[in-house]
Amino acid sequence: MAVTRQDVEHVAQLARLSLTEAETTDMTVQLNRILEHIDVLNELDTSGVEPLSHPFDTRNVFRDDAPRPSFTQEEALLNAPAAAEGHVLVPNASGGA
Amino acid sequence: MDVDASIAAGGAGPLAGMLVAVKDNFCVAGHDTGCASRILEGFRAQYDATVVRRILDAGAILVGRTNMDEFAMGSSNENSAYGPVLHPLDATRVPGGSSGGSAVAVAAGIVHAALGSDTGGSVRQPASFTGIVGFKPTYGRLSRYGLVAFASSLDTVGFFAAGMEDAARMYAVMAGHDPLDATSAPRAVEDPLPPLSRGVAGLRIGIPEEYVPGSLDPEIRAALDRAAEAFRAGGASVRRVSLPHAKYTIPVYTIIAMAEASSNLSRYDGVRYGHRAAGGVMAATRSEGFGPEVKRRVMLGTYALSAGYYDAYYRKAQRVRRLISEDFTRAFEDVDVLLTLTAPGTAFSLGEKIDDPLQMYLSDTFTASANLAGIPGVSVPAGTDARGLPIGVQLLARHFDEGGLFAAGAFLEAARR
Repeated sequence: MAVTRQDVEHVAQLARLSLTEAETTDMTVQLNRILEHIDVLNELDTSGVEPLSHPFDTRNVFRDDAPRPSFTQEEALLNAPAAAEGHVLVPNASGGA
Repeated sequence: MDVDASIAAGGAGPLAGMLVAVKDNFCVAGHDTGCASRILEGFRAQYDATVVRRILDAGAILVGRTNMDEFAMGSSNENSAYGPVLHPLDATRVPGGSSGGSAVAVAAGIVHAALGSDTGGSVRQPASFTGIVGFKPTYGRLSRYGLVAFASSLDTVGFFAAGMEDAARMYAVMAGHDPLDATSAPRAVEDPLPPLSRGVAGLRIGIPEEYVPGSLDPEIRAALDRAAEAFRAGGASVRRVSLPHAKYTIPVYTIIAMAEASSNLSRYDGVRYGHRAAGGVMAATRSEGFGPEVKRRVMLGTYALSAGYYDAYYRKAQRVRRLISEDFTRAFEDVDVLLTLTAPGTAFSLGEKIDDPLQMYLSDTFTASANLAGIPGVSVPAGTDARGLPIGVQLLARHFDEGGLFAAGAFLEAARR
């Protein structure tokens, strides 16, 4: 399953990364080399083996639905790149001015 | 002095006066948390990580945050927006990673202990390279509340100390359930101090044969043999065991760690916090903010999770992860502790592996399996090579048997004196 340059461009779009031409070239080479090493997994027959997603068989953990101390508005906005009047300012997504 | 006065008055906490450094991926209220990444430049934490809160409450003195591989992704501490960390004994070499700054702060005697995080060996490997103790508890034993996430099914808070006793004192204060972390284990914690003097008489130790490849440097191999000999002299039995799926560790780890990382790092969008590129386009923000290794891992993880490849890579890796985990369960039916080298070599040169990501990933060959299985592990100093560079051996135990590691580790430490 060789990764093509087009695959890398598609995945970059999914990952919200804009890669330069040189980065795309390097990434294509490196992903292929890493995935080649990973293909060794295919020599194992894993039919009937349950996937392991967590070290322990844990179930969902609930807490009481009770209020507890939380951030103030000021704290919540502390790290916002842009904020005004108690809101996070975000880039214009509608295309308008 | 406040500390002297409180000790004299009998009201001092168990870590009173202890100097501790904190890896740059923990939140400390009112201080920056940067993960050695440009994307978190200027980020100010609004709250304390639970483990930070617990050591502060116990009287520890935080002296600063330590450099690391960006988002804990690396084995050499060369992937940092702040620049590399250098080895304390040889400035042309790496200290290991990703918790390289924390390891060096302890190894150089700047602090008594330091916090790190261990996702595939990021505490144990730098401890081995710098000649100190590096402890990775059972998954869920230490709260991760306030630790910036890398790979959530593997991430563990870990810590460094010059010796096993300081490590045990840190552990005693930090371990235990935290309602703020849903993955934190609701189990009682065994006091780690009594095991320090327990010895190893009757302990059954296994050396996994797959972890002693023929390609191993004889000098490194000799350190493992010396540790085994010391355990025998102390009354332990040492035998060969097999972990048949060991060779699949790095492929499985790579897929799972990177898939989880690509998901966790999707939060860096430049909207609520962190770097925002001029114009605010998300792809520009992320491309400016992330370094090359982080981009590589996000790309690989996104690929492994994308339509058409999910079953072939991610599901497949999760199935083999179970086989690796079952290997440990089976081995621990016959032995109490596993003994391996922590890393396949000693500290390597700056630049030696940075252009070859695969070779870098293979630095975690002996450590990543403990994260896949969720078991505890510790790296303990075990001598030096001809250049005087430290060698570490790794001890692994059953889930929640940290006590077994404190006993075996403290014994080995005493045997070398």
